[in-house]
Amino acid sequence: MISARSRGLMAAKMLMKGTAARMGVMKRVSLVFKAKANKALDKMEDPRETLDYSYQRQLELLTKVRRGVADVATSRKRVELQMNQLQQQSNKLEDQARKALGMGREDLARGALERKASAQGQLNDLQVQYAQLQGEEEKLTVASQRLQAKVDAFRTRKETIKATYTAAEAQTRINEAFTGISEEMGDVGMAIQRAEDKTAQMQARAGAIDELMASGALDDAVGGQRDDIQSELDMMSASSDVESELSRLKGEITAGAPKQLEGGANGNSQGAQAPQAGAQASQGQAQPASIPAADRPAEPQDGEG
Amino acid sequence: MIVRISGEGQFSIDDAATAELNRLDSELEAAVNRNDEAAFTAALHGLLDQVRAHGSALAADTLEPSDLILPPEDASMDEVREMLTEEGLIPG
Repeated sequence: MISARSRGLMAAKMLMKGTAARMGVMKRVSLVFKAKANKALDKMEDPRETLDYSYQRQLELLTKVRRGVADVATSRKRVELQMNQLQQQSNKLEDQARKALGMGREDLARGALERKASAQGQLNDLQVQYAQLQGEEEKLTVASQRLQAKVDAFRTRKETIKATYTAAEAQTRINEAFTGISEEMGDVGMAIQRAEDKTAQMQARAGAIDELMASGALDDAVGGQRDDIQSELDMMSASSDVESELSRLKGEITAGAPKQLEGGANGNSQGAQAPQAGAQASQGQAQPASIPAADRPAEPQDGEG
Repeated sequence: MIVRISGEGQFSIDDAATAELNRLDSELEAAVNRNDEAAFTAALHGLLDQVRAHGSALAADTLEPSDLILPPEDASMDEVREMLTEEGLIPG
């Protein structure tokens, strides 16, 4: 037993000196795992202590891996949120481009489409990240289930060993159980670490996208940023609203005039001229128009009487 | 023989399949030494496929240590280099 431990440590030392070069990657990795387990075993005076100590660490690791799953899920949800925002933004920009084109403003439409392309690029990037995070989440979930199964098996084995403890046989059985669970713990620990690293990278990128959206480079409507394309479109549509309001008013007056002046041909032309600023340019015509206008009040009075 | 694919689980493999595993493992090691990422990825995926194809998955509650341990599928060459040092990726 002691020689097995020493072998593990020797292998580790060989690895560190780089003298194990011809051993193959698979063997070297497994020796590193075993060396770690042996190192932990060597710290224990009483082998039974090893069992309890290891079991505590297993439970801690289980908690850690579950927290890891939750962390990855949080990152995935954040990316999902950003994807939704970018999609909305992209839709909005396309809508703006369409409106701008409808108003004959190709320059504005081009600007909007350029931003849309940029938003779309970010969106594609996030889709890749999203898939990666989903993969990590699934892996960690499976890892935590596997670890749980091994921890349960270890607990059973631990109780059996303790109940039937005789120094001679227990040491071997403890070592077996310990090495097996240590390998799993090392592997799960590595999986958590890798997931954390990946998540941290993605959070950094997600933060960069948030900043980009806040800067208005992607024209973030959600963030309440001022939006120059939208404000120009608004101005244009505001001025076109004024125009349509004007013609609506003109239409009302035009439609209203014949009702009041049935058969009054002059009154018709006057009604059309009245709201026009240019009417004053034809002052010569204004006078004949005012004459029938003066007659007008008499006509309805006639009708009423 | 028991082989673990890191992050995936343990597999039991017939000794007959180990010759091919060793060949691919040598390729993997050579790729790491040459610093050839493409060859590394190809050899790693070859190894993992071999284990998955010829191995049968061990029950999750087994406490048997593995004879060989393989890096995870998406491991980079740098990560594998780190795994090969005691202070590396594997938490103690």
